[in-house]
Amino acid sequence: MTRQNVSRLTPYMFIAPAALVMILALFYPIGYMMWGSFRDWDPSQSISETEFVGMQNYVRLWMDAQFWESFSVTLIFAFTVVAVEMFLGVGLALLLDRNIRGMSVLRTLFILPMMIAPVVVGLVWRYMFHQTYGTFNRFLEAIGLDGIDWLGQNPLLSVMIADIWQWTPFIFILSLAALQSLPRSALEAARIDGATPWQQIIHIKLPLMAPVLIVTMLLRLIDAFKVLEVILVLTGGGPGLSTEILALRIARTAREFRELGEAAAMSNYLLVLLMVLTLGMFAFTRWQEARARRLKFAAEEEG
Amino acid sequence: MADTNYERQNPAFYALIALLVFMSIGPVLLLLINSLKLDVDITSGAGGLLFMPTIRNYETALCDILWYEPEHLRFCTIRFGGAFVNSLIIALISTALTLIFGCMAAYALVRFKFMGRDSLSLSTLAVRMIPPAVLLVPVFGLWNNSFCLDNDYGLGAWIRDTFGGRGDVCLAGTHSGIILVYVAMNLPFVIWILQSFIVQVPKSLEEAARVDGAGPFQVFFLVVLPLIKPGLAAASIFTFRIAWNEYLLASALADRDTMTVPILIVNNASEFDGLGTIMATGMLLAIPPILFTLFASRQIITGMTAGAVKG
Repeated sequence: MTRQNVSRLTPYMFIAPAALVMILALFYPIGYMMWGSFRDWDPSQSISETEFVGMQNYVRLWMDAQFWESFSVTLIFAFTVVAVEMFLGVGLALLLDRNIRGMSVLRTLFILPMMIAPVVVGLVWRYMFHQTYGTFNRFLEAIGLDGIDWLGQNPLLSVMIADIWQWTPFIFILSLAALQSLPRSALEAARIDGATPWQQIIHIKLPLMAPVLIVTMLLRLIDAFKVLEVILVLTGGGPGLSTEILALRIARTAREFRELGEAAAMSNYLLVLLMVLTLGMFAFTRWQEARARRLKFAAEEEG
Repeated sequence: MADTNYERQNPAFYALIALLVFMSIGPVLLLLINSLKLDVDITSGAGGLLFMPTIRNYETALCDILWYEPEHLRFCTIRFGGAFVNSLIIALISTALTLIFGCMAAYALVRFKFMGRDSLSLSTLAVRMIPPAVLLVPVFGLWNNSFCLDNDYGLGAWIRDTFGGRGDVCLAGTHSGIILVYVAMNLPFVIWILQSFIVQVPKSLEEAARVDGAGPFQVFFLVVLPLIKPGLAAASIFTFRIAWNEYLLASALADRDTMTVPILIVNNASEFDGLGTIMATGMLLAIPPILFTLFASRQIITGMTAGAVKG
């Protein structure tokens, strides 16, 4: 082999192992799933033995009220949780962005919740939500209030609280990093011009943080659709279908009802939903950037 | 609300911080405390912080690898020790493989101009949004059927030659089967993070090494890798965390002998009599991530911000 050939092949050699693994265990399975979603597929069959049923799986899901219930639970869960986490996380970052000692210790303690296994988070929160000996109800009783049936009566609220506990720090850390990398000159100028803290936040800090905040929100939103274990341990999707998010329903359809074709079709619906969301967010940021550029341009024209 | 602009803060500010700290580590402390209590004490709630700590729950959890037989146990039902070893093997090997493959790919994507580069980096980004639940069906189907060792042709044969396995029929139920999914699942994220670190390595360093006669692989392993150590540390913690904590795909693939700790916890969580024991297993599962957090929080935060801010 000549030296030139070697250097032309080098990038491919660097990329080959990763590409091979991803093709084998990521892209091929997803293609396989799309193919399988058009089949009547039982877990004991290999896919070549299954029967082609066309769009039947998709149509059946489309007509299935339970599927739509899961679908809406998923959307409600993801959007509520992300909205609350953004509000709390950004708020705390704005509040705690000061020169205080021990900030690094604080940050260490705050990232603890997200490093712990979701399964364990579910375990602890299930204990805390327990109706008789759970921490919350014991506290409520200690101050003379009635206990609340958290997981029985307010299941969706309970799983949301657990998720907010685990993931608000993520948004807090990222917005704090964004805040601390803001240009000091702009803040300084605002302060000299006599802007109140509120005015500084609304007119300077938030707009400057916006690009990072949007990426953070997108990442968190994508992750919110991946949440499964916490809910599985906390409520198992119940009572009824009140907390059965799509990911959980896919797992149940595949393993309890043994309908792999239907589970595959459901996975595709979820993928399409995520794709639309991601593309929508990207389009939105593009549009906003373009608008900002246009406004700036117009302002310069006038000036 | 606390006032700004002063070095000395309002007492309300410190109260708020104390409350936040309590809220974030409270549940973890609760887990630790309960894992040291007897079941009776957990449910009765008497005493609060005043109780006699016992390691009995840990003895029950670890009974299959203890060198002595705990007195209070008649027989050993929870096989936690074995699951712990499985989790360690799977998490460590998949982290190592993901990092090696990931940093090579990231390097190629940043440094070389070649066909398909843009589409590749775009697709690694797109793949990040795929939830594990979506992979459940195909992985279950493939690992049990197509990726089997009795396939004498194509992918099955290739996997048999490359990964080995236990001489069993399928990839499902082997450590390598689970490792393969985890590596594939984590690669996009690792590539994305490491890219942002490799971009910062000055090109002149590499050129100098090349002038001295180093080949591309030598340049990569001896010059570039040592410079992106912080990135590697961050990426490895995140990969380890996901592989260590993951439940869904492992539960679809593992059998009795390759079961990981999260599966064991979910399987036993519904039995209410072993509340203390299950808390102890939860605590044991949480220990490695807690250690990482305490000793490498700077790397974790670097990795998190590199993923979002520079993305």
